[in-house]
Amino acid sequence: MELPRYHRMRRALYHLEGSACAACGGRFFPPRSVCPSCRKGDLAPYRFSGRGTLYSYTRVGQAPRGFASLAPYDVGMVRLEEGPLVTAQLSDTEGVDLAIGMPVEMVTRTLRDAAEHGYIVYGYKFRPLLRP
Amino acid sequence: MKTTQEVGIVGYGAYVPRPRVPTRAIAAAWGRSDEARLPVREKSVPALDEDSITMSIEAARSAVARARVAPDRIRAVWVGSESKPYAVKPSSTVVAEAIGATPWVSAADLEFACKAGSEAMQAAYAFVGSGMAGYALAIGMDAAQSKPGDQLEFTAAAGGAAFLFGPSPEAVARVEGSLSYVTDTPDFFRRQHMHYPEHGHRFTGEPAYFAHSRGAAQGLLESLGRRPSDYRWAVFHQPNPKFMRRIAAEMEFTEQQIAPGAVVDRIGNTYSGASLLGLAAILDVAKDGDRIFFCSYGSGAGSDAFSLLATRRLEEVREEAPSVRDYLARRHEIADYGTYLRMSGKIRLL
Ligand SMILES: [Zn+2]
Repeated sequence: MELPRYHRMRRALYHLEGSACAACGGRFFPPRSVCPSCRKGDLAPYRFSGRGTLYSYTRVGQAPRGFASLAPYDVGMVRLEEGPLVTAQLSDTEGVDLAIGMPVEMVTRTLRDAAEHGYIVYGYKFRPLLRP
Repeated sequence: MKTTQEVGIVGYGAYVPRPRVPTRAIAAAWGRSDEARLPVREKSVPALDEDSITMSIEAARSAVARARVAPDRIRAVWVGSESKPYAVKPSSTVVAEAIGATPWVSAADLEFACKAGSEAMQAAYAFVGSGMAGYALAIGMDAAQSKPGDQLEFTAAAGGAAFLFGPSPEAVARVEGSLSYVTDTPDFFRRQHMHYPEHGHRFTGEPAYFAHSRGAAQGLLESLGRRPSDYRWAVFHQPNPKFMRRIAAEMEFTEQQIAPGAVVDRIGNTYSGASLLGLAAILDVAKDGDRIFFCSYGSGAGSDAFSLLATRRLEEVREEAPSVRDYLARRHEIADYGTYLRMSGKIRLL
């Protein structure tokens, strides 16, 4: 049962909430408890805007266990406008010519097959801008 | 019905998923070739990673963005839908969490066939108007269910809208009054063990949709001392293009008044989302001082009518979020019936 883990992660999943270092100004996603740049522990929650650009992408045809209901789908690395690089599924890409550097925005979607006990995991994905 | 304090819609947001299924693909799968009789050309369906919760979240975020209100000031999130992802577990809590309204918030899912969303609007209007809440969010959203092969399969679509109610001075549209009209009419129903709803064929028209829409609409006009010609725009529930136009014509609303809100023509019937999505499309074009007439319908049966007055603020905040037109313009065609069945979750392993 992974329910406690998803519940703990919900701010990251729903809001793209990471952390910001008070000492050096670094911003991190996923959230950290110690700053990877300056090693200080004074980090506060930080919500990313959800805007970024596509850094790289690939199509997943043969989905791993737990994702078959979504296949085929695209996975991308997204450079958030605040700096961090996030790996996530891409949405609404059917028929779209993806390109490196393409602007994308965060949306909240179902992330995987409903588990055997029926729990639905919602979280961030990225899509090409709805209003380019 | 009027509240003791003046209330308005302070923000609104729409959602329509990107996939579209041409109704001729559905007709072909069932061996029907009479294209002329298809009620709409295509309908919207959710992508594989979408459901009424994810669609509600996006519409709600747009409503909050247009209102420019801190989400932790929202005191209620009410979601009206007949396509809840969970039989037991509220959709509204996920939406409230995702927009940042938790934990000091009321939340519940409302159910009343296609009237669930406007029932949420009535509750939000009252919650703010009583002084209990500064802001309350009402959502109507559906990924509509229909039995494969049934007539409803040609129109059952996905989409909806969210409306944030708040103090009148911040309104994009002031609420002038509302009215509900409800009776026990068995035109459409689904028991818990059934996958798809049943409709009571001869019951769906005159004694159901028309009688209740007429009841609420005429009742509200009379209580406000208004005529249809006092309104610039009007929207009715839209199960198909024909019903909506027949009630509008009968009430003496013109095609010009209903045209911008006639979203059914483009994407089909979004059930709980339909009249709300139509209202959102009207707010996309309304100008300061325009009066808007709204009337929903839900099987079972009942209608909620609202009288609204657009303000200057509407034009100021409109661009803060995507318009209904933006959502209608983005589309990806799913031309084969098998893919459509998979996307609507209709393939079940025995
Ligand atoms: Zn640091």
